[in-house]
Amino acid sequence: MPDAAAKSDPAKAPAGGATVATSATVAALVEKFPAVKSSEFRGQTRVVVPAESIFAALEFLKQQRHFNFLVDITCVDYLNYRDATDRFGLVYLLANTDTNERLTVRTFLNEPDLTVPSAVPLWEGANWFEREVWDMFGITFAGHPDLRRILMPEEFTAFPLRKDYPLQGRGERHNFPVLSRHVG
Amino acid sequence: MAASTSTPGSDTRHGERPLDEDNPHTGRLRDAEEAGPNTQEFEDYQWTLNFGPQHPATHTTLRLVLKLDGERVVDAVPDIGYLHSGFEKLGESLDYNQYVTVTDRMNYISPMANNVAWHGAVERLLGIELPRRAQYIRVIVAELSRISDHLLCNGAAGLDTGAFTYFLYAFYQREVLYDIFETLCGARFTNSYTRVGGLMYDMTPLVIDKIRTFVRNFHKTLEDMDRLLNRNRIFVDRTKGVGVLPREEAINRSASGPIARASGVTRDLRKDEPYLCYPDFDFKVCCAKAGDCYARYLVRMAEMRESLRIVDQAIENLPVGEINVAIGERKALPTKSMVYSTIEGTISHFELTMSNRGFAVPFDESYAAIEAPNGELGFYLVGDGSDVAYRARCRPPSYIHFALFPYLIRGHTLSDIVAVLGSLNIIAAELDR
Repeated sequence: MPDAAAKSDPAKAPAGGATVATSATVAALVEKFPAVKSSEFRGQTRVVVPAESIFAALEFLKQQRHFNFLVDITCVDYLNYRDATDRFGLVYLLANTDTNERLTVRTFLNEPDLTVPSAVPLWEGANWFEREVWDMFGITFAGHPDLRRILMPEEFTAFPLRKDYPLQGRGERHNFPVLSRHVG
Repeated sequence: MAASTSTPGSDTRHGERPLDEDNPHTGRLRDAEEAGPNTQEFEDYQWTLNFGPQHPATHTTLRLVLKLDGERVVDAVPDIGYLHSGFEKLGESLDYNQYVTVTDRMNYISPMANNVAWHGAVERLLGIELPRRAQYIRVIVAELSRISDHLLCNGAAGLDTGAFTYFLYAFYQREVLYDIFETLCGARFTNSYTRVGGLMYDMTPLVIDKIRTFVRNFHKTLEDMDRLLNRNRIFVDRTKGVGVLPREEAINRSASGPIARASGVTRDLRKDEPYLCYPDFDFKVCCAKAGDCYARYLVRMAEMRESLRIVDQAIENLPVGEINVAIGERKALPTKSMVYSTIEGTISHFELTMSNRGFAVPFDESYAAIEAPNGELGFYLVGDGSDVAYRARCRPPSYIHFALFPYLIRGHTLSDIVAVLGSLNIIAAELDR
């Protein structure tokens, strides 16, 4: 890389295209939260955090390990997935803008308790991500400042990205009443 | 909204529904409560104005519920979902090669970059390493689509603030780029050019010639555009100091791409986490410190020059060789002549096109992102052994940037809305998916 004028330290930039993950971060996380399990896939480091300590783990990663950039929050419904024991997997993609480390933090949730603490106190960018996860999957984020539907109409009652949501036909049309758009 | 809590009956003014204080899922105007420095008490003289979804200055279906104090914007609540097409749900029923047509529609201003992002993510999940020539061609089309995207964004920002000639200059060059894409893959707009493990077509000498001509001629247009607008009094007055996003807020609110770089965030995935063959090229990351609309405009202008440098280097050093991974890998479709004349080609074609076979996908999940024209565009894919993704999540830059809008517009006047909207370059199809 001949030109990295905008970077303070070009040596920090990883090579080879794969995202870099440091074992030091994972080691520190495991030391603080012994229940954390880590894995590697295609150059990416993922950790699985129990749902009850997800906020503390994110707070630790942000404040102690400087993961200041929240890339994305999303959710996966493992309803028919092979060997899956949990229903929902919540995925936080974090990045460190100084060292360009990336970390995928996952946590598993099961019905009926689909509530996790909101990450908005840590990153303001989590606001709309969490609203979308609530809208599409029905995961509640406790302490979110404004948790309401964002893409679907407010009268909508189902969560469309869940795997048990019917795609078309009788199941869908009979279960959902005609919506009226109230002027808000 | 302090007034509404003290007098619960009073917020039915202007036809709004009363807020249900105990239920967090209702109440249209809740966003007003995330306090900004300009939040005032809800006064009688404040107007509620609906801006969009079909206002000419919003370009696409964006709706803003504004609260105005005279001409000053007290608050803005973005209301999205008008173009919600279920793109992520479609990813669960279309296979990895079919879904590329959906990524075309996702950000229809730079579809080539979306194609590259999608198949880059699929190849990360499958663990495919592309041949050098395919990597170079993908870089070329991604950078050309970055130029095309920035031309439209800056051109429209100029148009909205009164610079019509500038817009025409920009749009003519977009036509030239569309001609290049048409010669390359047969489609001007919805390209669908990439495939798993490679590309749909190789570059012909005619395309290479057209790209060289474009590289040679585009400098002059860029200089003309610079001269038209960079020191134009009206444009500078309308954009400088408007919609300021400080560096900390840009990181805190997950901004990426030119919007973050205009605020002093030096993050650029092409340098920081190089993908494809970006380490081969000599280019700069364009940054600014001011974080206002004018800085975002300048960053986009500078990025077009750097993209042009990358295209120039890539087209001159284009390696020879295959554009798809080897037939032995059983990932990319073999050519027709191979299918008709060799048994390996026939078997490979059969295996790949039969719906219950396809290529081997791991039971695992991965995320891969590229530096798309608007910022980090990534796909989080969950593979389940079949050639259809179990879950295909898109990390859309426009979605994050529209969430910035209330923060950027508070305290500015009504006419600044078009300047801020133009500088954010929000694409509704990517916003709503």
